[in-house]
Amino acid sequence: MRMIKALAAIAATIFMAACSDQQAAAPATTTVTPGSVADFRQNVGDRVFFDTDKSNIREDARTTLGRQAEWLKKYPNYQITIEGHCDERGTREYNLALGERRANAARQYLVAQGVPAARLKTISYGKERPDPVGSDEAAWARNRRAVTALQ
Amino acid sequence: MNTRFDMMLPRRHTILGGVALAAGAAAPAHAQLTIDMTRPSFEPVPIAIVDFKGDKVGADIAGVVRNDLQNSGLFRSISPSAFIQQNIDPNAPPRFQDWRSIGAAGVVVGQVAQAGGNIKVDFRLWDVVAGSQATGLSFTSQPNNWRRLAHIIADAIYKRVTGEEGYFDTRVAYVSETGPLSARVKRIAIMDQDGANNRYITDGRTIALTPRFSPTLQEIVYMAYGENNGQPRVYLQSVDSGRRELLGNFPGMSFAPRFSPDGTKVVMSISADGNSDIYEMDVRGRALRRLTNTPAIDTSPCYSNDGTQIVFNSDRGGSQQLYVMSASGGNERRISFGQGRYATPVWSPRGDHIAFTKISGGTFGIGVMRTDGSGERMLASGFLVEGPTWAPNGRVLMFFRQQPNSGGRAGSVTLHQIDITGRFERQVPTPTDASDPAWSPLIPQ
Repeated sequence: MRMIKALAAIAATIFMAACSDQQAAAPATTTVTPGSVADFRQNVGDRVFFDTDKSNIREDARTTLGRQAEWLKKYPNYQITIEGHCDERGTREYNLALGERRANAARQYLVAQGVPAARLKTISYGKERPDPVGSDEAAWARNRRAVTALQ
Repeated sequence: MNTRFDMMLPRRHTILGGVALAAGAAAPAHAQLTIDMTRPSFEPVPIAIVDFKGDKVGADIAGVVRNDLQNSGLFRSISPSAFIQQNIDPNAPPRFQDWRSIGAAGVVVGQVAQAGGNIKVDFRLWDVVAGSQATGLSFTSQPNNWRRLAHIIADAIYKRVTGEEGYFDTRVAYVSETGPLSARVKRIAIMDQDGANNRYITDGRTIALTPRFSPTLQEIVYMAYGENNGQPRVYLQSVDSGRRELLGNFPGMSFAPRFSPDGTKVVMSISADGNSDIYEMDVRGRALRRLTNTPAIDTSPCYSNDGTQIVFNSDRGGSQQLYVMSASGGNERRISFGQGRYATPVWSPRGDHIAFTKISGGTFGIGVMRTDGSGERMLASGFLVEGPTWAPNGRVLMFFRQQPNSGGRAGSVTLHQIDITGRFERQVPTPTDASDPAWSPLIPQ
C-alpha cells in the first residue's frame, strides 16, 4: 500500500512538471511586450558567440550587437551587465581572464555603437556557468559567449 | 566583511613528541627495508602493522598508519589475518622468524598509555631481515588528537624507509561541487590528506574557487563571487575562526591568488578593461605592486620555493605558455616550448620541478618539467585533468579529473593523487564532487 502511494506521488509530480514545462514554453508563441526583457531576448538576441580561445567580435556577432545597441538606446531605463563565458576546454583561471576579455570586447562594441559606457558593466564567469550543459563541439560553441543581461 | 561559520574546527593541538625510543639492538640499514624511489621500478615494501596495545584507540591508530602507507604506493600493508605472532610485547624484539615467514620486511608495534589526561603513544619499526630496531619514537597529546599522531607515525616510517620526508600529516583544501552545472554550488572545504575531518569553510551562497593555504595553514586565500552577481574578488580567511576579509577592493575582477613561501605576500591577477595582469600584495600593509604590464592574459602566478621567482601563464606569444620572472617583476622568459597550450604552473617545494596542465590535441594532461623548461614528462591524461598541487615533499601531486557531461547532466569531478614518476594514481575520496585541490605544507607540530 505504501509503495502504491509513493508511486502515485511520483506520478503526480511528473504530471505537474509536464504542466509547468508547457506553461514555460507558452510565451514563445505569444507576442511579448515591446521594451521588455523577453522582447530583448526573443527579438534582438541577448548573446553573441566567439571562436575557440578568441575574443574578437565575429561578423555574425556584429549584427546581433548592432541590434542590441539600437534597442538599448531606445529603452534607456535598463542597466546592463555583459557576462563573459567560456567553454570547458580551458583551465579555470585562464578562462576567467578570457571571459573578462570577451565581455569587454562586447562592451566596447556597444559603446562604439552609442550605448553610454556608464550603463554597461562586465563580469566574467569563465567556465563556471555552462549553457547549454554538454561536452561536444555544438555545446562548446554555444558556451563561448557574451550575454547581455538587463537589470 | 566578516563571516562566521559554525563549523567544528579542531583547536590547535600540542604534540609533545619525537622522543627516540632506545633501540633494542644496533640498527644497521638493510636493503630490504629501504626503497630507492629514483629507480625506474621497484616492489612496494611489505610491512606488517600490528594493532597498538593498551587502549582500544590503538587499533584505530594502526588502521590509519596502514591506510597512509598503502595509499602511497610504496608500501604493501600485510593483512593482520596473516600474522603468526600474536600478543606481541611492544617493548621487546618480535619473533623475527614469524615475520620473515609471512614475507614482511618490517613490522610496526606500538602501545597507547593514559598520561594525566593525555595519551602517550610509542611505536617501534623493526627491520625483520636485519633483526634490529629501525626507528622508534614516543609522542604525547590530547586523546582526540589520535589521528594526527597516527599520521606523524606513518610519516616517520615513510622517512625511515624512503629517505624522503613524509606527507601524511597534511590537509587538502578543495572546492566541493554540488547541484546541476547550470546552477552549480561551489564551496571551499578542508579535509585531512586521507579524507578524514572534512569540513566546509564557505557557505555556498556564491561560487568560491581556487583555495590556497598560507605556510602556517592558519589562513587560506581564494576567489569568490560577490552577492547578487557581484564581481569576483580575492578573500583572505582564517581557517579556525572563519573570519574573512577582502584582499584589496579593486574595480575589476581579482583572482588566481597564491601565498609567497614566507606567507608575507599574496600574488594574484587583477583585470582592468578586460586585461589581466599580475600583482603582488603585502598581506600586512596591503601595499600593491604591479609585476606584469602587457595587453596579454597574465595569470596563475606561483612563487618558487625560495620566493625569488614567479612562474605564470601568459598568452603574450599567441597561445597559453609558461613564463618565469623575478619575484619583483622583470626578466620575463618563456620556459614551455612543447606542442599545445600550458597552464596552471606550480613550483615544487623541493625546487626541482614545475608541474602544469597541458592541453594538446583535444586532451588534457598533467606533467612536470625542470624549472628551466627542460625534461618535460607527462604523468596523467584524460578528457579533462587540471590543477596539480604538490605534496610538501615534492614527490606526489594531487589534481582533479572531470568526466564528460552527457544528456545535460554533469560528469563526475574527482580528486586524484599520483607519484611524480607517474606511478600509483589513486582517487582521493571526497563526500561530494571535488575540484581545485590545494595540498598544505606539513602541519606545524
